[in-house]
Amino acid sequence: MAKKIALLQGNDACAHGALYAGCTFFGGYPITPSTEVAEVMSQELPKVGGTFMQMEDEIAAMAAILGASLAGAKVLDATSGPGMSLKQELIGYACIAEITCVVVNVMRGGPSTGMPTGPSQSDMQQAKWGTHGDHAAIVLTPASCQELYEETGRAFNMAEKYRMPVQIQIDEIGAHMRERVEFAEPGELEVIDREVTTLSPEEYEPYADTESIVAPLAPFGSGYRYHVTGLNKSADGFPTTKAELVAHEEQRQIDKVALNAADIEKNEEYQLEDAEVVLFAYGTTSRSARYAVNELRKEGVKAGMFRPLTMWPFPEKRIAELADQAKAIVCAEMNLGQMVIEIDRVAKGNCVVAHIGRVDGEPINPGQIIDKVKEVL
Amino acid sequence: MAYDYEKSIRPGKLPHIWCPGCGHGIVLKGLIRAMDTCELDRDKTAVVSGIGCASRLPGYLDACTLHTAHGRAAAFATGIKMAKPEMTVLCVGGDGDGTAIGGNHFIHACRRNINMTYVIMNNYIYGMTGGQFSPCTPTGMKASTTPYGNPDPIFDISKLAIGAGATYVARTTAFHATQIDKLIAEGIKHKGMAVIEVLDDCPTSYGRRNKFRSVVEMMKRLKDIAVPVTAAAKMTDEQLEGKVLTGVLFKEERPEYTEQYAQLIQRVQGA
Amino acid sequence: MSAKAEIEIIERYCKGCNICVEFCPTKVLEMDAFVVKVVNADACIACNQCELRCPDFAIKVHKL
Repeated sequence: MAKKIALLQGNDACAHGALYAGCTFFGGYPITPSTEVAEVMSQELPKVGGTFMQMEDEIAAMAAILGASLAGAKVLDATSGPGMSLKQELIGYACIAEITCVVVNVMRGGPSTGMPTGPSQSDMQQAKWGTHGDHAAIVLTPASCQELYEETGRAFNMAEKYRMPVQIQIDEIGAHMRERVEFAEPGELEVIDREVTTLSPEEYEPYADTESIVAPLAPFGSGYRYHVTGLNKSADGFPTTKAELVAHEEQRQIDKVALNAADIEKNEEYQLEDAEVVLFAYGTTSRSARYAVNELRKEGVKAGMFRPLTMWPFPEKRIAELADQAKAIVCAEMNLGQMVIEIDRVAKGNCVVAHIGRVDGEPINPGQIIDKVKEVL
Repeated sequence: MAYDYEKSIRPGKLPHIWCPGCGHGIVLKGLIRAMDTCELDRDKTAVVSGIGCASRLPGYLDACTLHTAHGRAAAFATGIKMAKPEMTVLCVGGDGDGTAIGGNHFIHACRRNINMTYVIMNNYIYGMTGGQFSPCTPTGMKASTTPYGNPDPIFDISKLAIGAGATYVARTTAFHATQIDKLIAEGIKHKGMAVIEVLDDCPTSYGRRNKFRSVVEMMKRLKDIAVPVTAAAKMTDEQLEGKVLTGVLFKEERPEYTEQYAQLIQRVQGA
Repeated sequence: MSAKAEIEIIERYCKGCNICVEFCPTKVLEMDAFVVKVVNADACIACNQCELRCPDFAIKVHKL
């Protein structure tokens, strides 16, 4: 049978990726430029017996997906900057209570209402630090419609595996451009479902230490009665203020990502073997960067590109290596300097770190990147 | 034999955190009796709350319990109910949690007429943070943030619920303990959004500032102001001045949300 | 007059709020250093009001 191929915009591809991954519940609220994700889910979910909920506000949408996730559903929410800001408290709730969910942020610039129809990559630090308190984050940055389709599935897999929120950061160009998308056959892409406990209800503790550090979730209604709270808790799920228990739980939640970074990280390396100048780019900006690499190579400049598909946890180890190898790392991103802060921190002065930013609602073009590289070298 | 509450309370959780005389414990007991009346399977019962004194209630109950973020109980509960409509979903919380920060979720849960039961403990104050005024603090009364008397008008929670579309709305007080479980049980059995407002006392944060000499005096006030709806029908406006109607205030049959959604799925899949 | 019920007090749950003492119609209970105690057991009419209104799960009325 021939594969299903369609011309899809990024938001549609994202929704179809979620459906492939087994998403059964969408909670959302209309916001440009992410709304098409909701529209596709409203169309498709009932067909597979799933539930689409347009909630009363962004916070409610986030709350609804967390409730549904606790009841066993695979859940998705999609929004943009202002919505993302509103959801932050409950992103933190999902972190501390370890509730599986995927949240898509179609970045549109800001602060505040910003430029709702313009592209941006200016929520990259928010994606890590938006909610208060120490917490781990998994954030993916796909760059094409096909990749959005597949990476949405990976976001679900990571969320299910590590029992936490996973964010997908798309820029508005990525969300609205149309490209050929090849749908995967059932079984073709990996689909991970959350581990189910093998313990009896009497033995079960929702946040007990396990070998994988991720405690298997027992969905509400499946015979396991336990307590979930946003307070600091002990292994049994009940609030505690005992210093050693609080510290242990906080550390475990950081560790479950840190110790599994190799499984979570994903990068594309383009012409990096001999690169003297490394372009660090992600999302649709990486398309201009790739073009720039090709042009620079034609002129004899040893350029290459490092493109993270997982932005958080930040690929520290590899960036440190590249800082040792290259003369310069040039970060191109549609903001005034966000991921470059991380590069600078990790490079530790071993190479020049430069930044190309843009926040005027226009994409960064290859010419800008080429000029900057020449200036740096 | 005395009533067996222990079977529904998680081992080792008593005594609870509430202050001496706080009515939340009376409501918890009423809720347990109502759950027993309805013979709820606790494995299939979710009890969801927000933040505040009243929202600590689920921690004591041996069920699937979810202590969410401030104001968000109804929205989390909606997610649970939609994902697993076969579960019984109960929300509990206070007046500030439910009608200020959570007001939007509260009215929209009412509007959808989703099959949940929301027990809202109205003690006229934010107790846990030390007694700031809530949307239900009566005008003129003192709170830590209304030292000169509260200038704000109040929400009538039951009227709010009726206006927003809840199909079972009832009110009672912590004094009328036997009515608490009866109304909650009726709410659980009702198909649709049920709201039970329980007027309740916060002696620590509200009573102390407003010259109530004891919790007993506050309880006596609840006894005095409560007028059953049936009795109120025969009373004049003058006689009803300062009184609060209790009992089933509103009940109607209207399509329930999870059933409506199930029908939508059938329709789509059949097409 | 004989008691219609035996009242059990769980002392460690009692917070001494006095609700049970005040609303007992036959004055069976009294507060003693912020813990309720039965002082007039024979007068109990098993109305259960103390148990129902005890916010602290500290009173059990065992009907005889």
